[in-house]
This record gives sequence, structure tokens and C-alpha cells, in this order.
Amino acid sequence: MADLAVDKDMSHSAHGSSTHGSSAGISNVKLGMWLFLGSECLLFGGLISTYMLYRGRVSQGPTPSQVFDIPFTSVSSFVLLMSSLTMVLAVSSAAKKDDRGTTLWLTVTALLGATFVGGQVYEFTAFKSEGLGFGTSLFSSSFYALTGFHGVHVTVGIIMLMAMVGIVQRGEFPGSKAETIEMIGLYWHFVDIVWIVIFTLIYLIPV
Amino acid sequence: MNTAQVHSKETEHGMSNVGYVRIALILGIITALEVSTYYVDFGPLFLPALLIMMSIKFVMVVSYFMHLKFDNKLFSMMFYAGLILAIGVYSAALATFKFFLS
Repeated sequence: MADLAVDKDMSHSAHGSSTHGSSAGISNVKLGMWLFLGSECLLFGGLISTYMLYRGRVSQGPTPSQVFDIPFTSVSSFVLLMSSLTMVLAVSSAAKKDDRGTTLWLTVTALLGATFVGGQVYEFTAFKSEGLGFGTSLFSSSFYALTGFHGVHVTVGIIMLMAMVGIVQRGEFPGSKAETIEMIGLYWHFVDIVWIVIFTLIYLIPV
Repeated sequence: MNTAQVHSKETEHGMSNVGYVRIALILGIITALEVSTYYVDFGPLFLPALLIMMSIKFVMVVSYFMHLKFDNKLFSMMFYAGLILAIGVYSAALATFKFFLS
């Protein structure tokens, strides 16, 4: 009986929402999400390694130090970092069943994410005008592939956030709303930690 | 309140909103320090300092914002297994291209 009680308690997520527990006494959804994020480490690890290998291969076109705008990218990085704070506040509000707070923080997170993606589009446009196209050099191909993949991940995150805002406002939600927002939060924070690595390895360490 | 209930109560909350803001402030300060390495010459400490600051930020977000510190250890194993595998595989791949010698 005592074991059953422990299992029942542990099938609650970190924020107190009830979930579909596995035989190990933990949430299947959360377990799946962490497995997915673990596999995403391999995806981004491959892209970062490819960039590290090719960043010095510039047969034509500008080099990294000629195009990177560190002050601009620093502000973008700060914006994405702060979006992690607003996301965790949204998760916290959802756990307290505060729909107004959840909607507010999810919207702010999506806006900060959109600001980051907008900054990335601006950066890509500026690079293109300076002669750095996708196929200009091995450096440019690996750079656009890495940062582009990350940008797509952020964009998918924004779509999920806005969809969640709509769902919360409609007030109809099958299953645990807090757990779903927590899963979106895990994805969002993962996108943030990938950028923490990209910002240091790609932008701040010179070739 | 039995042990399981106490555990559940602890994991429910993890941190307060003020705690999250404090973590975000620390992350902001570390980011500012990282950016300062671009303008200030840190000599031979440049690369280790940057990598350490990056690692601290990474672990802080994963531990506090993603709640791995307060959650079931199995989740930590899942994530860090993928991360360590990625670091191992790609370090080996880069080593075959003599990346660390250049």
C-alpha cells in the first residue's frame, strides 16, 4: 500500500498537476519530452561540430570576424535569456491555476521569442548584403544551417506558445493544462540553452 | 504527512517567483561578463573563462528553470545521457579531423 501511495504522489509533475504515470511512478509525457530533448542534444551537437570544423574555411566572401555584430547579438541573447524567465513564470502561474497570469506570461514569452527571431532575420539580411550567402563558403553554409535550425526551433516554440494562449483563453482543455504548459516550457528552455552554447562557441570565440 | 507527501510538497514548488527572478539576474550578469571578454583582453584565461561561464549558465537554466534539480533523477539521467553522448561522439569526430591540434 505504501508503495502505491508513493507511486501516486510521484505521478504528479513538478508543479503539482496530475499526469499519466508510468510503471516507474513518473509522468510518461515528461519522460518522453526529456528523451526528445536528449536526442536534440545530438542534433545540435552535430551542427555545432560541423560549424567548428568549417568556420575557418573561407575560400571567398567575408570571414566570421568581418560580419559578426557582437553588440547586436548580445542584446538578442539577453532577450532570449529573459524569455526563459517569463516562460518559467507562465509555468508557475499555470500550476497555481491562474489563467490570467498564464496568458500574460505566455504572450510576453512569445513576443520576446519573436523579437529574437526578428533580430536573426535582420542579421541574416545584413550578412547577405555583405556578400555572405548560404553557398558562399563552408563557413557560411555551416553557420546558416546551425543558426537557421535554431531559429526554426524558436519559431516552432512561438507557434506552440500562441496556440496555448488561445487554448487557455477558450478555457477548454483535455488533460492537464499545467503539465502541457510545463512541456512547452521545457522545449523553450532547451532552445535557450542551445543558444547559450551557440553564442559562446560561435560568436564570442574568434576563429 | 508521510515522507511521500513531504516529497510531493517539495517538488510541487521548486522555487518561488522571486527565486526565478534572482536566477535570471545572475544569468544576465554572467552574460554581461561573457560579452566583456570580447572587449577586454583576458589573456590565456579567455577561453577557459568563457567555457566555464557558458557551462554555469547552461546548468543553471537546466537545474532551476527546467526543474531538473527538483525533479525525478531519471529525467536528469535521460537528458545528461544524451548530452554526454553528444559531447563524446562529436569530440571524437572533431579529434579525427585534428581539430584540437589546430
